[in-house]
Amino acid sequence: MGQYLVRRILTIIPTLIAISFVIFAVLDLAPGDPTSALPETIRPEIRQQIRKAMGLDEPFPVKYGLWMRQFFVNEPLSLIENAFDIQIGDSEERLRVTSWGSRGVPVMDMILERLPQTMWVVGLAYLVAIVIAVPVGVISAIRQYSVFDQVGTFFSLIGYSIPTFFTGLLMILLFSVKLKWFPMIYDTNLQIVDWDSFVQQLKQSAMPVAVLGFFQAATLARFTRSSMLDNIPMDYVRTATAKGFRERYVVIRHILRNSLIPVVTLIALGIPAIFSGAIITEQIFRVNGLGALLIGAIQLNDIPLVQTVTFIFAFLIVVFNLIADVVYGVLDPRIRYS
Amino acid sequence: MMGRQISTLRVIAILLAMAFLLAACPAAAPAGSEGMAADGEMAADEEMAEEGAMEDEEKVLTILYWQAASLPGPYLSGGTKDQDAGAITLEPLANYDPNGTILPRLAVEIPTIENGGVSEDLMSITWTLKEGLLWSDGSDVTADDVVFTWQYCSDESTGCTASEAFLGIESVEAIDDRTIKITFDSPTPYPYNAFVGANTPIISSVQFADCVGAAAQTCNEENTAPLGTGPYRIIDFKVNDVAVYERNPHYHGEPAYFDTVVFKGGGDAASAARAVLETGEADYAWNLQVEPDILRDMEAAGLGKVVSAFAGYVERVLVNQTNPHSDLGDDRSEYMDGDNPHPFLTFPPIPQAMSMAIDRTLISEQLYGFAGQPTCNVIPAPLHYVSESNDTCLTQDIDGANALLDENGVLDSDGDGIREYNGIPLKVSYQTSTNSVRQKTQALLRQWWLQIGIETELINHDASVFFGGDPNSPDTYQKFYTDLQMYTTGPTIDPQQHLSNWICEQIPMRDNSWGGGNIFRGCNAEFDALFEQLTQTPVGPEREALVKQLNDINVQNNYQIPLVYRGEVSAHLDTLQGVWINGWDSQMWNVGEWRR
Repeated sequence: MGQYLVRRILTIIPTLIAISFVIFAVLDLAPGDPTSALPETIRPEIRQQIRKAMGLDEPFPVKYGLWMRQFFVNEPLSLIENAFDIQIGDSEERLRVTSWGSRGVPVMDMILERLPQTMWVVGLAYLVAIVIAVPVGVISAIRQYSVFDQVGTFFSLIGYSIPTFFTGLLMILLFSVKLKWFPMIYDTNLQIVDWDSFVQQLKQSAMPVAVLGFFQAATLARFTRSSMLDNIPMDYVRTATAKGFRERYVVIRHILRNSLIPVVTLIALGIPAIFSGAIITEQIFRVNGLGALLIGAIQLNDIPLVQTVTFIFAFLIVVFNLIADVVYGVLDPRIRYS
Repeated sequence: MMGRQISTLRVIAILLAMAFLLAACPAAAPAGSEGMAADGEMAADEEMAEEGAMEDEEKVLTILYWQAASLPGPYLSGGTKDQDAGAITLEPLANYDPNGTILPRLAVEIPTIENGGVSEDLMSITWTLKEGLLWSDGSDVTADDVVFTWQYCSDESTGCTASEAFLGIESVEAIDDRTIKITFDSPTPYPYNAFVGANTPIISSVQFADCVGAAAQTCNEENTAPLGTGPYRIIDFKVNDVAVYERNPHYHGEPAYFDTVVFKGGGDAASAARAVLETGEADYAWNLQVEPDILRDMEAAGLGKVVSAFAGYVERVLVNQTNPHSDLGDDRSEYMDGDNPHPFLTFPPIPQAMSMAIDRTLISEQLYGFAGQPTCNVIPAPLHYVSESNDTCLTQDIDGANALLDENGVLDSDGDGIREYNGIPLKVSYQTSTNSVRQKTQALLRQWWLQIGIETELINHDASVFFGGDPNSPDTYQKFYTDLQMYTTGPTIDPQQHLSNWICEQIPMRDNSWGGGNIFRGCNAEFDALFEQLTQTPVGPEREALVKQLNDINVQNNYQIPLVYRGEVSAHLDTLQGVWINGWDSQMWNVGEWRR
């Protein structure tokens, strides 16, 4: 196991380098120019000056090398400095990856500013989805073709066939415009200091969390159900029932435990999505999370920001793939890595 | 049994711990990334925004921009959103009002030739600052700040997005603490480009001293929290999300009404309109590019009003004066010193009849709604520059158009419903960018033109291609490989720059890599002569007459067929007073006068 882990972690490094190169190259080759968002009245000479000031004129390898250095050396150093309030070397002169859209603002600071909102909204939605989906999936499987199963199947189908931008819009029209229960503008500056502001926070998160939670719960519930159905006819279940255990005990201790193995993998693989945010949902509800940050950066051709955010997503996906593999081995004693 | 209980408990404990961690995140994060605001204050603001105006509580103004501001200020980020986020705190020497009149802001008065502020030879302008001006941190505003602003923006390595306004300036000097002299490199009849309007406000020479040139890219703190002289000052700026301002105690005018201004960005135009007009969550929403019918329905909810700002933008059809026929190969749409004229669009009655057949009122009401007015001019504003001699085009006259063509011998001789001119059937190709309003306009025009015996082929290209300027693409508006094309541009407050595009020298062709602004490829000696005269004529009635003449030459020669005078639409709550929406300056230009 230990050796396996080390080998897996070592293969991550070339994978990530390859990914960073592909991201960088694709964005470099892509048409589009950070000055294209500027008013049409600005003359070509001035556009050229702006491009030059952003370092856009450098050849590809130079830009790539600079970014690699900034991202893998300078940014971690700055993070450590900020976290422990110490100074390492000449930090004034150290170039950080800065945004083109908001010139002078380090990309990492922007990401760190956005992370909490995404974690709260998308993370909470994920949690809600799991809490709803697993029991629904289990009951649907043991009472297959019952009314509960039919209703559950119906809502699951609706859940994953209607896109979030549509459910989001419906929710805004119903709960903000008609009923006036929830605000439609997510307020980032809200600080939770007392009960009222906590309620306010819950109110403003309710709609995005519900939209995302519904979508994710639908998929997870279907997955749990089918995984349960795979296990129910197994011999070990019959043995357990024959031994005289109560049904609940058999379901929870035997069937669910084994059925959850693939579900847990699915959940682990979905965690990077929490960080990458839910681009459309964040946009609709004006939640300033990472998804909204990425969309805004793409619209403005803010390439350093797009590169960094995309690379961080790639990193998370690679890491959580590894974690999913490892967790699988821990949960299922039959699997042994060698 | 024991084991089962423990594991259930463990699962619950883990779930609780996860929930707790997640719940702690938003609470912890703002404290970590907190700007200059005290925690308690900010939370109070937000409750207010939610509960609306109540007595004895903080007065909060919530402004929604569906494009979030990247930086507050126009110098490093050229979007309107950035300029407007800056305009709440930064001020220029003078502003334009919605009619295009210049009003002093930081300056005592507007310099003119009469009051001696502008030199007789049009080579310099001298501004005087008001007395006792202070930055929002309490330090003095001096003439050096104005000089510094020019140095900052005109330094090439700053990459200043507003440097256009400073072109043609030789020097900016501080004569004394309150007097600034700007010297031009050539006679400048319109000297009010620099430091007038929200695109060139004054910034602090002390705060930005180390941010000139390449260093501008590293001035994170300064760029996101510039000192200002305006009615409010920035207390927190979250990039691409929200800016928070408080009343500026050092403001030179009447103290502002609101305690806090929240400038929130993101989302889309329709939901921004909804947040003002239907839920009343925000006070003001900017640039509502929403279907006119939907906007009218929202306004009917009765909470707020839709307002429009007009600058100089005209949606118009350009008439190719050269022959774009594909048989010509590389010579398509080449001017060739006038040797390649269009086979029938250069015969005046034909484009004139096409113009007469258009119902401009229908287009602007149905397709543009609040954001459009019918127009017959290519210079539609400011008011004192607008010609009145073309206004007959406002009424559609299909019979008149048919009669005009008949009189001039442009007849349908072969009975296929399409007229011929010198044996050539009147079939035109008409291109524009892909955009639902433009495609609907195209369809309407085709239908009207068919009624006067002209057949139209409609073409649209993706905006990024059509406006992209790629010299290898045949589909750009500069190459103009069709008979007609449609788009919008417009003059700035002084039309000289815009009119300069239409002189003969500016015709795009292979030899200049399609680099000129005379896209319709019309060369008119009278126009060129009058334009030359315009560049020597100072602001006043004579200049106004010249602009009108230039407009009339362009329209009456049928180089361009104006359709709709386009504006920007915003909305505000009925309870918000003092909004005077401005197309020439920032919509936030008078935010200090807004109140409930």
